[in-house]
Amino acid sequence: MFKWLEKNLPKIVMAPAVGLIGWFVYGFVLWTLYISFTNSKILPKYELWGVGQYIKLWGSRKWLIAVDNLLIFTALFLIFCVVIGIILAIFLDQKIRAEGVLRTIYLYPMALSFIVTGTAWKWILNPTLGIQKMFIDWGFENFTFDWLVNREMAIYTIVIAGVWQSAGFVMALFLAGLRSVEDEIVKAAKIDGANLFTVYWKILLPMMRPVFFTSFVILVHISIKSYDLIVALTQGGPGISTTMPALYMTQTAFHKSQVGLSAASAMMMFMAVAAVIIPYLYSELRRENAR
Amino acid sequence: MKTLKIEELSKNFGSTEVLRKINLEIDEGNFLVLLGPSGCGKSTLLNIIAGLETINEGNVHIDDYNVSKVEPKDRNIAMVFQSYALYPSMNVRENMIFGLKQAKVSKEKIEEQLEKVSKFLQVDALLERKPSQLSGGQRQRVAIGRALVREPRIFLFDEPLSNLDAKLRVEMRREIKKLHQQLKTTVVYVTHDQTEAMSLGTNIAIMNHGVIQQNDTPENIYNKPSNTFVADFIGSPSMNLIKGNLKESSNKVSFVTHGSNIEIPINGYDFKEKSNLDNKEVFFGIRPEHIFFKKSNEEDFEINLRADLSEYIGHEQIMTFNFENQEVLAKFPSTVKIDLSKNTKLFFDLTQISLFDAKTEERI
Amino acid sequence: MQDKIHSSYKQLEQKSKYTNLFLRWFLYFVLVVFAFYFIFPLYVMVVTSLKTMEEIRQGTLLTWPSGLNFDSWLVAWGGRGYGAGDTFLKPYFWNSIKMVVPAVFFSTFIGAMAGYVLTKWRFKGDKWVFLFLLFGCFIPYQAILLPMARTLGVLGISNSVIGLVLVHTVYGIPFTTLFFRNFYVSIPSELVKAARIDGAGFFKIFFKILLPVSTPIIVVTIIWQFTQIWNDFLFGSTFSFGEAAPIQVALNNMVLSSTSVKEYNVDMASAIIAGIPTLIVYVLAGKYFIRGLTSGAVKG
Repeated sequence: MFKWLEKNLPKIVMAPAVGLIGWFVYGFVLWTLYISFTNSKILPKYELWGVGQYIKLWGSRKWLIAVDNLLIFTALFLIFCVVIGIILAIFLDQKIRAEGVLRTIYLYPMALSFIVTGTAWKWILNPTLGIQKMFIDWGFENFTFDWLVNREMAIYTIVIAGVWQSAGFVMALFLAGLRSVEDEIVKAAKIDGANLFTVYWKILLPMMRPVFFTSFVILVHISIKSYDLIVALTQGGPGISTTMPALYMTQTAFHKSQVGLSAASAMMMFMAVAAVIIPYLYSELRRENAR
Repeated sequence: MKTLKIEELSKNFGSTEVLRKINLEIDEGNFLVLLGPSGCGKSTLLNIIAGLETINEGNVHIDDYNVSKVEPKDRNIAMVFQSYALYPSMNVRENMIFGLKQAKVSKEKIEEQLEKVSKFLQVDALLERKPSQLSGGQRQRVAIGRALVREPRIFLFDEPLSNLDAKLRVEMRREIKKLHQQLKTTVVYVTHDQTEAMSLGTNIAIMNHGVIQQNDTPENIYNKPSNTFVADFIGSPSMNLIKGNLKESSNKVSFVTHGSNIEIPINGYDFKEKSNLDNKEVFFGIRPEHIFFKKSNEEDFEINLRADLSEYIGHEQIMTFNFENQEVLAKFPSTVKIDLSKNTKLFFDLTQISLFDAKTEERI
Repeated sequence: MQDKIHSSYKQLEQKSKYTNLFLRWFLYFVLVVFAFYFIFPLYVMVVTSLKTMEEIRQGTLLTWPSGLNFDSWLVAWGGRGYGAGDTFLKPYFWNSIKMVVPAVFFSTFIGAMAGYVLTKWRFKGDKWVFLFLLFGCFIPYQAILLPMARTLGVLGISNSVIGLVLVHTVYGIPFTTLFFRNFYVSIPSELVKAARIDGAGFFKIFFKILLPVSTPIIVVTIIWQFTQIWNDFLFGSTFSFGEAAPIQVALNNMVLSSTSVKEYNVDMASAIIAGIPTLIVYVLAGKYFIRGLTSGAVKG
């Protein structure tokens, strides 16, 4: 008995972690999946109802707006974060004075919650007393900047705040990537007569492919899950113009009590994330095995 | 006109001095090896020649022009690195022509050069491969090829063989030697491996702590080391340095080690300055390969020493003897049979010795 | 011939000097411009929180406050002292502390043990177990919100700090395991083998050999978990909305529910109070924070 215990001790120690994740992640996802095939309203019902909730979901105008917004947001969020991140990383890589200070400034938003970020930007972007007033007071009398309350433009304010929060993170990833490149490669390029632009464009950035991949996965992941920022900045408004899937899911579940429908939307999000993450995990694992 | 001339060059990183008042000259077509232990400043010196490091004091001249402030690409040099530094995202062809493309050389000329060099180095079958698909030796060839296509005035090599396994290293060493014999381009080559230095260099500059200890031909470095550092650094096992005193009486000079009454006559030694020799504290330097088991010529000095340790290494054996509590190593063919803990008759070849001042550690 | 070469060298020298100088200036210019973009909101938050509402209406975002006026900070922290509808952060700040400390401790400890087993006591299929746990880093939490709410209800800990401790501990495990596993992989297994030959058992090896060298990764994990849990809004707002709400939820409620006039200065003071613990950690231990971000940065 004692012998058996000793032999299996590692597995016994592992058990709580595996058990908790098995139940709270995998079990719960399966439960949600099951509920998405039922006609649950306030309380879950357990008889199967088929794919009705999914049909309802994809027929819902609000969900379609949410998906639309997600696509716009993801595309812009990705592009701006990566471009700004790379520019900052490359520039910081030039033996800059006060690099430490600048890096700290670029990255501190990552330490703040999206609620804090949202609250700050909401104040900055508000049309009466924010940026608009600042420019008018500076003498640009016809300056208007009312994106926050403009149905068409409100989604872009979320992009502005999101990029502000995450661009520094991409910078950190790329800076770490650039720093890991062997010195001699850059020296060789200098002797070959490549100017700074060519060194980065033709040699170093192509070497950063794994970093691009990682940034892509993480940023897409952040954007699919984005919820807090929208709640703090626009609450999905004006109207429903800035709804995104995560917001749709919680609103449907907890305000409208459409448990089955919200489970269906949650499963859609789950599948979107899985489509990005599974290839990523697979390639990461292969890279590690190859080492 | 010197192909490369370095004057009074000093370099420090912050408060640490890496190079101190370096003076160096290379004639056209020579092969200079910078040799020294790690951290002696040899790679920094090479990087300075390449223009990859700035200078604190002094100048670098290429073909009599002061290039101290000229960009690396404009110095007419090419460099081969320890890690090969091939661009991983480009294939062999793109790697090799990258420099020419940057220099806006015409397409025909590039193709011509590429064909010539890749045939010469036998990498013409590998042109479409990525560096990650090449073996160590192939990468080395491509790295050399990338330097060759540019037809530079000076080739710089930074420990190019140290990432290869022992067998390949010997092979590539020979190829670099052949290459130099055929092309006759001036070379500066950094290494910490004395065999590489000896076999490749027409000149060797031995460095330690940012100072050139001796800059000479391989023969002189080996036979006439200018100080104990060089004597100790070159040769394997390194030169025996036996501490003792000189004795001068009636124009006869001899060496006596402490606590011994054996006088080793050194009349034939070529002193730099033959004064004040009596009682001078010195190191008596003799290489293990200059101690013999049989008398080989008349001047050989006969001595009885006790054998303490024997290391058999195949074609030869290294014996450790006790000479008044100082270790003396000798190298013999492995066929010779020597009994341990017994006195053995040995012969010192006195034409091959070196003497160093014990205080300054300089050759006298 | 010689002269010609020399003069072309001279031109090259001049040219490279000027382009370098220009590039340098351009570089610093861009970097500083971005620094302003990133620092701007923080600056606005601080100055706004120090102004009176009168000043806010008259000036712009950038105007300097007339003096160091901490009134809005006091209101944000302790309220105005009248009963109904007076929300302030103090009780929720303590809720967050009560939630963060145990959740960070439990998740770090479980992750450390899991990482230890996965690297030093390998068993058949351990790679799959790791993958099984790792996937937990990435799931969108919306997919577990509904069953979690019901489970907390069944356990009788919905709307309580204990409930949130449970949630954060569980969903922190994948991250903490990832951190410790990646760290212990780099520690030579010879160390463990030597200890086993010397007769040390499973727990002794962990506590006496691995734990003493784990300080950096423990710091990374604690900082990561602290930041994530402190900043969480989704779980807090879903499972705990009333008295037991954590600070981010309270902040959001304060900002949204201001009844009559919007008091931006109080809002900004509240936002700063809610953000200051993580900011302090970031400034003091930025190195470890960044390490956590780049090695396990997957959480949204």
